[in-house]
Amino acid sequence: MNAVKTIGNRSFWLARRLLSGLIVVWAAATFTFFVQFLMPGERAQIIFNANTGNVGEIPRDQLLAINARYGFNQPVIVQYGKYIRDVMHGDLGQSYVQYQPVTDLIARQIGPTIALAFAAMLTAWIITITTTVLFAGRDNIWSKALGGFQAFLATLPPYWLGTILLVVFAIQLRLFPVVGGNTLMGLVLPTMALALEIYGFLGQAVLSEFTRVLDQPFITSSRMRGTGDFSVRLRHALRHAALPGITLSGWIIGKLLSGAVLIEAVFGRQGLGGVLVTATSTRDIPVVSGVILVSAALFVATSLFVDLTVRLIDPRMKEA
Amino acid sequence: MNVTYPAASFRQDATLPPVSSPLLTVQNLNVSFGPAHSRRAVVKGVSLTVEEGRCVAIVGESGSGKSVTARTLVGLTGARSHVQADLLTFQGKNIDRLGDEEWRALRGKHIGFVLQDALVSLDPLRPVGKEIGETLLVHRAIRTRADLTERVVDLLKLVGVPEPAVKARQLPHELSGGQRQRALIATAIALDPALLIADEPTTALDVTIQAQILDLLSETRERGKAMILISHNLAVVSQMADEVIVMRHGEIVEHGSAEQIFGDPRHDYTRGLLKAIPSVRSRGSRLSSSKAPRFISAEGEEVRELTQSDIAQRSRPLLEAERVVKRFRGPDGKLRTVVNDVSFSLGHGETLGIVGESGSGKTTVARMALALEMPDEGEVTLQGAPWTAATEKERRHRRSDISVIYQDPLSSFDPRWTIERVIDDALARRRGDPLDRTSRQSEVSELLDLVGLSPSFRTRRPLELSGGQRQRVAIARAIAPRPRIIVCDEPVAALDVSIQAQILDLLGDLKSHLRVSYLFISHDLGVVHHLSDRVLVMNHGEAVEAGGADEVFLRPRQPYTRKLVAAVPQLHFQAA
Repeated sequence: MNAVKTIGNRSFWLARRLLSGLIVVWAAATFTFFVQFLMPGERAQIIFNANTGNVGEIPRDQLLAINARYGFNQPVIVQYGKYIRDVMHGDLGQSYVQYQPVTDLIARQIGPTIALAFAAMLTAWIITITTTVLFAGRDNIWSKALGGFQAFLATLPPYWLGTILLVVFAIQLRLFPVVGGNTLMGLVLPTMALALEIYGFLGQAVLSEFTRVLDQPFITSSRMRGTGDFSVRLRHALRHAALPGITLSGWIIGKLLSGAVLIEAVFGRQGLGGVLVTATSTRDIPVVSGVILVSAALFVATSLFVDLTVRLIDPRMKEA
Repeated sequence: MNVTYPAASFRQDATLPPVSSPLLTVQNLNVSFGPAHSRRAVVKGVSLTVEEGRCVAIVGESGSGKSVTARTLVGLTGARSHVQADLLTFQGKNIDRLGDEEWRALRGKHIGFVLQDALVSLDPLRPVGKEIGETLLVHRAIRTRADLTERVVDLLKLVGVPEPAVKARQLPHELSGGQRQRALIATAIALDPALLIADEPTTALDVTIQAQILDLLSETRERGKAMILISHNLAVVSQMADEVIVMRHGEIVEHGSAEQIFGDPRHDYTRGLLKAIPSVRSRGSRLSSSKAPRFISAEGEEVRELTQSDIAQRSRPLLEAERVVKRFRGPDGKLRTVVNDVSFSLGHGETLGIVGESGSGKTTVARMALALEMPDEGEVTLQGAPWTAATEKERRHRRSDISVIYQDPLSSFDPRWTIERVIDDALARRRGDPLDRTSRQSEVSELLDLVGLSPSFRTRRPLELSGGQRQRVAIARAIAPRPRIIVCDEPVAALDVSIQAQILDLLGDLKSHLRVSYLFISHDLGVVHHLSDRVLVMNHGEAVEAGGADEVFLRPRQPYTRKLVAAVPQLHFQAA
């Protein structure tokens, strides 16, 4: 009876979250669609320039031809309906500049970006857990320095840190490739550049909760059963301290996607960053919209994942 | 940790000590906290022995050093503590200067420790079975998974938790308060330690649950185990202890057999503690040694001639609740009836006590009396006029007729306001002619004087005050608008017994002086009995029994009231 109710609650919760996630993605699609009308320049002019390679005024007949081909002469509401219908069918339109479907373009470049973001997140969490469990809440200089060190890292811009890492470890010490492509060695430096800044935020959130939890009576209670210090930290305190960190991770994913754009440029990596930069400079609107839409969907998916993880770690949440 | 325990001297498998030697010996224990240049001594020269199978109680108020003394015995006084003792032995072995490993071998296996309030003393994210299993796992007392599950369920059964196999998989918040405390005790007695230390094991519990937990601890003692019981509740201690140690400011003020301490206390402090307990015996007498304050004359009110309407009003009750019902929607979406068909009336100059356990609906009744919560059925009338049925606009100018004092005044004060501003704000709401600035200032001083605080408190802020001082300020604020009724919701629940005595005396003095009526809510039957003229007993939202205080508490008619009265620990060995 009780179990049935729990499952009922959970699937209801999941359905509600999925629906609200869909609304976010739809809102992002709508926003990007209407924003293109605020951008300077006729769309036909952009396409003409890309096609011909010159920047002159578009001839009248060309303008009419392009408008007819792309459906720009239809009412805005009809264009919007077609756009939403296409998106629902997984069609993000054609690139104005590169003559290929936006989905193909993104699909080819999304792998390296996700790999980089995932590696950075994982690295940040590993450093957070290690430093917290080892140093937090101890009566020594390392424990006191930890918070300050994290705050310092949080202030470092990743592209600047990336440049420093590149100069020191790739150019001077020659430990890593300067332009790594998609090899594992090439992933190390860009990952570190992103991970250290994230660690600055993540570490502080986990550290403060960890220190607070160490003073709780249930920790003392566990010590009074003969549990060792390491065990108390790992089995009791870390689980509590991880919760604010996991919640923060949802926000960090958003930060990572935008951070990756610059880092990919610094390290000359393939990825969505390059796609977005090129598309923006050539005003390739379908590609820009597509990248924004995919990012929004990724963001929604990760926050759903974050909430699921929190509920898994803190079973009290299931009743809320 | 800064505690220095260099050489290892405790050996688990050493030969057993001779039977005659005490289980635990502490001689001249001193504990201090903080860096060398500003050390604060919290335990000063404490000596005690615990024999096998005996129960030694340590009694004292907060800050007396009783908990720190107990924690020294398991080496958990924390970082920045300095422990020094002439002798510290357990089972004949020196436990002064133990290493981490040796302390851990001792904790849980040879000395079990129970903290107060299992809600925060059990990990809220782990099933209670895992917490109990931890004791077994840490000391490698089990071989297989199945063995572990079986032992955990057996332990839960032993401490009297129903459906032990189900409860073992539940989280602490899914268990009732009593079940949680039982589970916590199970973690401490899992390996049948020779000594069990219980630090305020029943403090957060209702009286009936408290009685059950005390029974459970008594059973443990009957199995021949020694116990150190730490409590501020002398009645609890008198039921359990063979020997009593009274501590104050880190020192032992009196040490003797339970018979001697409760029957013939030698020290003034012990006598004061015993006298401070409110009960049926204390009715009409003062609990604290404080003198009744010299009161300023309440001018105005008396000289006024009573008119016809005044007299008519006096014959009517001040506050009347007529069959009030309140329902709340629970987290599962179902409506729960929190207060069901409760009626009461409060007359002029009367104290009506409402007593009940947690969840009985007594606080909801108080909130309806204050018209902060509106009844779903029935209504509350104030001075014969609609109160909960009136609009807030109509109520606003009458709100000064009814004040409130909460359990925790700190959360009801703006922490940035000075005490003067807190009281001045309440004065501004007094009915009639608004006071000008200078007369308000002198009024603040008079009010502070009335509640026993010197005028120097005007510039202090809530955080700088002790619990008792804060409650005095809360009382000054409550009486400032010259109310006819003061609703007191657990006003002394968070206070030490001697401070509680002072506050109860002050409330008694003010009642006769200001001619106010109290709606007095408490879970403590002794407190309610001490102060109330009439009593209403609540259980699960219903009024179980009502009547005169003596009638209800000395000759209870309803089974629930009888159960409640029987569960209150009585002071044994009371001097005639």
